[in-house]
Amino acid sequence: MSHVIPYIAAIQEAIREEMERDERVLYFGQNMATSPEDPFLKQFGPDRVRVTPISETAEIGMATGAAVAGYRPVVELYMAEFLLVATDQVVNEGTRFHFMSKGQVSVPMVMVAGYGFTAGWAGQHTGSIYGMFMGVPGLKVALPSTPADAKGLMTTAIRDDNPVLFFQNYLLLLDEGEVPDGEHSVPFGVADVKRAGSDLTLVGTGYAVRTALKAAETLARRGVSVEVIDPRTIAPLDVDTILSSVARTRHLVLVDQATRHSSVAAVIAAEVAELGFSSLEAPISMVTALDSSIAYSKPVEEFVLPDEHKVIRAVEASLGLAPAST
Amino acid sequence: MANANPTDGSAPAALDAKRLAWMYTQMYRIREFEERVKSTFTEHPGILRGHTHLADGAEASIVGSIAALAPDDQIVTTYRCHGYPIALGTDMKLMMAEIYGKATGLCGGLGGSMHLYDVARGFLGGSGIVAQAIPHATGAAWAAQIRRQGQAIVCFFGDGASKQGAFHESLNVASVWKLPIVYVMENNHYQASTRTDQEDANAAHGEPLSTKAKAYSMEGVTVDGADPVAVHATLADALARARSGTGPTLVESLVYRLSAHGNLIAPPGVPLNYPEHEAIAIFGNREEYEAALRGDPVPRFRHRLVTEGALSAEDADAIEQAAREEVDEAQRFALDSPWPAPDSGLDYVYA
Repeated sequence: MSHVIPYIAAIQEAIREEMERDERVLYFGQNMATSPEDPFLKQFGPDRVRVTPISETAEIGMATGAAVAGYRPVVELYMAEFLLVATDQVVNEGTRFHFMSKGQVSVPMVMVAGYGFTAGWAGQHTGSIYGMFMGVPGLKVALPSTPADAKGLMTTAIRDDNPVLFFQNYLLLLDEGEVPDGEHSVPFGVADVKRAGSDLTLVGTGYAVRTALKAAETLARRGVSVEVIDPRTIAPLDVDTILSSVARTRHLVLVDQATRHSSVAAVIAAEVAELGFSSLEAPISMVTALDSSIAYSKPVEEFVLPDEHKVIRAVEASLGLAPAST
Repeated sequence: MANANPTDGSAPAALDAKRLAWMYTQMYRIREFEERVKSTFTEHPGILRGHTHLADGAEASIVGSIAALAPDDQIVTTYRCHGYPIALGTDMKLMMAEIYGKATGLCGGLGGSMHLYDVARGFLGGSGIVAQAIPHATGAAWAAQIRRQGQAIVCFFGDGASKQGAFHESLNVASVWKLPIVYVMENNHYQASTRTDQEDANAAHGEPLSTKAKAYSMEGVTVDGADPVAVHATLADALARARSGTGPTLVESLVYRLSAHGNLIAPPGVPLNYPEHEAIAIFGNREEYEAALRGDPVPRFRHRLVTEGALSAEDADAIEQAAREEVDEAQRFALDSPWPAPDSGLDYVYA
């Protein structure tokens, strides 16, 4: 049995259920729980649900300290760029403690941040900056593309004993989808085949999974069978599922809203080039954002971002198909 | 060796002769340990790698603070972190082995001098990055507040850290939330090699650094960090406020670091050693440094205890002899211990 809810509601559902299940789970951040009518505050009380000042370094650092001291904090950071204000706390503090202490401490915390608000938010609030964090030892990075995965990955994130960076996409917040009833968790490091296919492997990351699925749908009407893979977590990254798909399809196109050299696509391309080169019948193709900041004005914003048509062109080139008129 | 911290936590422990002797013992143990770490650079070149920071000069502040803790209290420190676990009773052998990078160290050689932990004794660790553990301590204080078991947190850092956003953000939240925490700023008058009056607005205007507490509407106190009894009294008051729910305190503890900020920073191949203190090496102020040596808190406390009759000279000598033997044993253990297995570097990446 399942129910249909928006992506953002699925995330909130996971946090609420985990707070009900485990009283060590805390939930805090800016501009939340300021009204006594706030549902989390009403249900869980002011010990566990708190508003903070606009102090990302303190928020993430306090989550780290509370985690070391035995709690499981979820810190709501709103926009991914706000992580950059507190980068040391994101990548160079709690991520190191289990290692440096030889396992004496662990840091079970979740940092929730939205990315890719490409709806006129201009240069400083629209980045797809998840790739910056995928090579940090000790840090796990979740990047859900559907409501079901959003709930399942958040459940797993809260239960994980390590720092987890949970990236939610701003454009997907109101997208509705089926979410399994009851307890629902999605394992980290297990990619999901969102659409099976045999001619070409298309890997999307986060929001780009939707772009990839739209392109695959259009290509299917032309008789081209595209397999769409969603890694779901980029640290750990399930390279094996991609390699086994490429072993069948022999063609790989990667779609990512990040700029080319800080994209997950670049990492996947390198892995497949090293481990799956003999499977390939065509060069790997990366469809990413162009190397620019995102503009405020819509036509300029759209120009730099990957879209369905750019993906279709890349698939056609990989398979040696004549471009369809669009 | 009397390692155990004999407070029962029910009230600030009265500093009877036994307690004062315990404090002198810890101060002397820290000094002896730090001097042995320092001499390792010349006696056993190549053993110590990277950057090591010593607590000599801050012993009175460290021990006075630790002496005020209750058994369940917790501490968070900086990378200048050798003194606190010694006073908490951590086995020196394991500490020296960690600083020597050996498999038998507190953290199996994965952490080193800047990253000591002893969670079982309430030492939650720290950060090698200036000021960045202050929010961790503040988060641990939130945890203590939720638990409601009377636990408090003491957060140690230096004067330089008080120019970092992490300091200001943390003190603000702690005051709003009335967290059970005491922030102990050990002001040693130098932010690495920069004099405090060159980089701190309060110092530049001749005001104490505890003035910063006013901005966060919390208690701010400046104490002579060379006097362990004064530090103990200040911490006892601050901890009582913390436990009562009144809120946090910023304690500025005035100390003088007797070694340079850290050992020489140099690429491999250049022998590492301890340079002269910045007062001499950079500012040419030998008199300042020599005055600090004359005020050295360790012999000063011994003299006071012996003069006041709290400790006999013979007992003080015995304490010192025992500390030397303990450090000898710790160093032998560290030197004789094996290196960690190279692949242990993959064992603790994730919990």
